[in-house]
Amino acid sequence: MSEAAALAVQGLSAGYGGRAVLAGLSLPPVRPGTLTGLIGPNAAGKTTLLRALAGLVPAKGSVRLGAVELARLDGPARARHVTYMPQSLPQRSGLTVLESVLAAGRASAAALPERAARLHALETLERLGIADLALRSLAALSGGQRQLASLAQCLVRAPALLLLDEPTSALDIRHQHGVMQLAAEVAAERGMVVLAVLHDIALASRWCARLVVLAEGAVVADGPPEAAITPALLARVYGVQARVERCSRGQVQVMVDGLA
Amino acid sequence: MTETSHHAATLAAYAALLRRRALLVAALALAVAAALVLDIATGPSSLKVSEVLRVLMDPAGAELPARVIVWQVRLPAALMAVLVGAALSLAGAEMQTILDNPLASPFTLGVSSAASFGAALALVLGLGVPGLPAEWFVPANAFVFAFASVLMLQALARLRGAGVETLVLFGIALVFTFNALVALVQFVASQEALQQLVFWSMGSLARASWGRLGLLALAVAVVLPFSLRASWKMTALRLGEDRARSFGIAVERLRFLSLLRVSLLAASAVAFVGTIGFIGLVGPHMARLLVGEDHRFLLPASVLTGALVMSLASVASKVLVPGALLPVGLVTALIGVPVFLGLILARRERGT
Ligand SMILES: Nc1ncnc2c1ncn2[C@@H]1O[C@H](COP(=O)(O)OP(=O)(O)O)[C@@H](O)[C@H]1O
Ligand SMILES: [Mg+2]
Repeated sequence: MSEAAALAVQGLSAGYGGRAVLAGLSLPPVRPGTLTGLIGPNAAGKTTLLRALAGLVPAKGSVRLGAVELARLDGPARARHVTYMPQSLPQRSGLTVLESVLAAGRASAAALPERAARLHALETLERLGIADLALRSLAALSGGQRQLASLAQCLVRAPALLLLDEPTSALDIRHQHGVMQLAAEVAAERGMVVLAVLHDIALASRWCARLVVLAEGAVVADGPPEAAITPALLARVYGVQARVERCSRGQVQVMVDGLA
Repeated sequence: MTETSHHAATLAAYAALLRRRALLVAALALAVAAALVLDIATGPSSLKVSEVLRVLMDPAGAELPARVIVWQVRLPAALMAVLVGAALSLAGAEMQTILDNPLASPFTLGVSSAASFGAALALVLGLGVPGLPAEWFVPANAFVFAFASVLMLQALARLRGAGVETLVLFGIALVFTFNALVALVQFVASQEALQQLVFWSMGSLARASWGRLGLLALAVAVVLPFSLRASWKMTALRLGEDRARSFGIAVERLRFLSLLRVSLLAASAVAFVGTIGFIGLVGPHMARLLVGEDHRFLLPASVLTGALVMSLASVASKVLVPGALLPVGLVTALIGVPVFLGLILARRERGT
């Protein structure tokens, strides 16, 4: 990609069966090359926002990636620019990890030749530290291993916009940071826009240059972690009484004292 | 160390896995061929396998009775068994994937019941496509109803917001509706028509003819390449609908085209031989146990497991009760269940 493209969202509305979840949501341009975190309480509409950006729920409004208006593209054309990693992977699948990654790369046109595709898939697994699981069945993985396999399926596609829905929810602390570090590296290497839904504010603050806070379908804070995360915001959005302090290295730490 | 040599062991293991699957598919194909010959050799005036092979290779050189038995009587029925098994099992495999439901099959989602209703209308009330010769009257009706039932599923799939669960429930509703309608027709049927209808719905290969075989073979030959072409997409669909769509698969279109193939396969199969319940459900599961869920192997393997079980069922239908030819629909489950259980248990022991 020559010119890395930013994501801009204007007046995005989406919902289910007539009930609106997002009503005219707008986001100032999201820069490529770094991670952007999307946080907010349960049922705030984070998943719906990602699915609307990916074109998986009917939505109105403008979603521009650089010069491309994604909202005007149909599913397969849009999928060349965007990949969405859902919160979960089906339990019942009988595919092996390698097969699932190959299928992810092969599903749409412009696939690599067979041998190169296999090597590319294995290298992707290797970067996630699960090359040794390549021939294991997805059904026989732990929750965390499955989450890494799921991430591998998305990374192998090398999209310009990567949407990760709670990519670290099942991971231990080392793998949480491992995944965030890898996402940051890949974002920088490929000039990718990466939007990740996260629940752990400390993890989000550590790795994301910018945090977008969503509550009841609306953006209630947006900016660098130090600016976005405040005690008032935490009380209003999450209903917790919390102190926000900086550690010796200046990173945001949240200490919860009680429920507001 | 280069990247290639670094992953060489895994790449080799994967290549070996693919080879093993290809071998399993080839072995299944051989087994089908063997079952076919056995099926031809079995019957009231039994032939030696060597004799069957000789008559098949060199029809002109064979004595007249053996030639008539093999070419006019046994071969059409034996090939019909293979083709019907193949068609139903492929239809089942596609349905199980696109509906994300291991219990989906032409039988469980109403296609067979619809065909029975079509046949019932033709046999009992004489209702059907006018102007057709007698040989085609009942199958044509069965085909029309079976095809229409899948088109109804289609129409529902096209409705916005109708998920696969809805489709499956609708298919089950079709089973009950058509079964009730068949019972209604049976209730008003004459003794003789009722007997014909019951016999029809048990499934029989005795109705095979070269003309019918040709049509069924055509249906399978037309559908199979399109099924195989969709195999990567179907494999990806096993990772979940949202994910598949985000990978660039037009899931609605995939589902639509697949159901179209299913309707052609299932409707032509049940139209000619009547209700065969077990194959479409279990053929794909056997194939899955053998070669996994990579659809490049799963689909061909399903074709072959279906053909194999159906062919063995045809043999069993001739030998189970000496001197009697049982309806093959009765025997498929009797033959298929032990094979299926054997596979499941073998897999248990391997611990995978
Ligand atoms: N498929 C669906 N059908 C109907 N309502 C849904 C569906 N998915 C989510 N919702 C509703 O939309 C709202 C936002 O959900 P979601 O975007 O999943 O929240 P989050 O990911 O922030 O937890 C919730 O109220 C949820 O109940
Ligand atoms: Mg969510």
